Amino acid sequence: MSTASHMPAAGLPTARRRSRAWAQLRTNPSAMFGAGLVAFFVVVALLAPVLPIPGPAETDWAAVRKAPSAEHWLGTDEIGRDVLSRMIWGAQASLLAGVVSVAIALGLGIPLGVVAGYRRGWTDAVISRITEALLAAPFLILAIALAAFLGPSLRNAMIAIGLSAMPVFIRLARGQTLLVMTEDYVESAHAIGLTNGAIIWRYVLPNIFPPLLVQATLTIATAIIAEASLSFLGLGQQPPAPSWGSMLNTAKAFLEQAPWMAMWPGIAIFLVVLGFNLLGDGLRDAFDPREN
Amino acid sequence: MLSFIGRRILIAIPTVLLISVFVFFMQKLLPGDPVLALAGEDRNPEILEFLREKYRLNDPLYVQYFTWIGNALQGDLGISLRTQQPVLTLIGQKLPVTIQLAVMALIIAIVIGVPAGIVSAYRKGTWVDWLANILALSGLSVPNFWLGIMLILLVSVKLGWLPASGYQPFLDDPLQSIRTMLMPAFVLGTGLAATLMRHTRSAMLGVLKSDYVRTARAKGLSETTVVVKHALRNALVPIVTVVTLLFGELLAGAVLTEQIFTIPGFGKLVVDAVFNRDYAVVQGIVLCTAIAFIAMNILADALYRVLNPRMRNS
Repeated sequence: MSTASHMPAAGLPTARRRSRAWAQLRTNPSAMFGAGLVAFFVVVALLAPVLPIPGPAETDWAAVRKAPSAEHWLGTDEIGRDVLSRMIWGAQASLLAGVVSVAIALGLGIPLGVVAGYRRGWTDAVISRITEALLAAPFLILAIALAAFLGPSLRNAMIAIGLSAMPVFIRLARGQTLLVMTEDYVESAHAIGLTNGAIIWRYVLPNIFPPLLVQATLTIATAIIAEASLSFLGLGQQPPAPSWGSMLNTAKAFLEQAPWMAMWPGIAIFLVVLGFNLLGDGLRDAFDPREN
Repeated sequence: MLSFIGRRILIAIPTVLLISVFVFFMQKLLPGDPVLALAGEDRNPEILEFLREKYRLNDPLYVQYFTWIGNALQGDLGISLRTQQPVLTLIGQKLPVTIQLAVMALIIAIVIGVPAGIVSAYRKGTWVDWLANILALSGLSVPNFWLGIMLILLVSVKLGWLPASGYQPFLDDPLQSIRTMLMPAFVLGTGLAATLMRHTRSAMLGVLKSDYVRTARAKGLSETTVVVKHALRNALVPIVTVVTLLFGELLAGAVLTEQIFTIPGFGKLVVDAVFNRDYAVVQGIVLCTAIAFIAMNILADALYRVLNPRMRNS
């Protein structure tokens, strides 16, 4: 085992390639714009408890469906709640849903994909067939069905979205593991007697990381839209807790009287999803120059 | 070609069986006794036992599964709890509505996405390319249900040009049917147009660099002929397959679009079934969409072989 410490650390050339990729990402203006958008929403969501805004469920019956004004910058909703406050607190639900769903998809998808690619044989065959079956059901329909069976709540929506997004990560992790397994350094690690766990931890995982990072970033965008869609249908965040999707669902009934109720949540979803998409595209360009 | 399709269908059978296992066990995720949901207010033990026997809920799980899949193979996906109609009949009734919406959305997506992709590739690196890419990325980032709400506000409420909701069967009044479906189809089509634009651009970029396009230019052919007759024709192979594979996105998008525009289609059926706890319908829909999705994948592979002679001989 001590011999392994004299082996080159998980692909030094890979580390060099990676730092070049990060440098390229920093010079990509659209990716940086995307990162800026994401950072803005993350900061706003984190600062929600300390910002000088009314509580998201605080009602003011004297200010029902008021248009944007100096007092209520983005107006009020059908029971006099401040739309800006609900937008800011809603950012927490949306970002949390995006990140947690993808964490679930990664947490289940990477181990299954790596095991399939590493062990091959019948393990691979079983995992691959299950993945294909899951991929056959359209993402949102599967998420709606799962959310329906699990029951309407933000937690269940995140589980449903995570499980629906998982097959993509299994397939990606498996494919990348198969590629890494053909590398000389993995063969050398086997030759010096490293355990399977050590090989996976030290050589496979670090080398399959970049494409998974790209996919995860793009999937957060999809997951945010999926959470908004489920909340819009009443299967995600439950009232009175705010969520951009559920705000749109309520706003639909007041389009003529209070159009601002529908406008802001949609713009927020669009901007945060655009941010993740731009960042994901930038990461893909940086880590896989062939995509250019 | 037939033997190729036959082989692909054989390979798809285990996948379909696995999907049926998921769909069946999804219902078992439900907390509580399903018979209580079936019986409603009536908690008479004799009735509960009768329902358990009727739906074979006292059988071991694997027996329940084989009974369910046996019935499904004979076209019996169960009965809707709400309407008491067979699930397959319900799906059959709603499907034409969604197909009309999907076809119109696909036409809009092709009309916008393909030319935009061609122009973007042809003018690579110019402001036109930049604008097309920004628009495509925006199309992918905008939630289509919000776009639907905004269009209702502008086109229906403010301008009064198109109806905000409803459905008119195409055969009853084709013009009114198209008018009613135009806005929902546009909403559903824009996201797909963005995907198509990116694929068309990528395919065209590859083709525009090829030797035969250079040769065509060297022969003195006009740029339109070079782009349309030589480049686009070859770039069409991946574009056609992408269009086939967009089926899943179309169905998923239809769920929300039909909800916003109150269109009585397949998507609205799913949402209504979810809220009425009509689980047989939800199971039936997931199973049918998955099978249809696999069929579209096989069609995409077959089309790819038809359009690409090199694949045919491999």
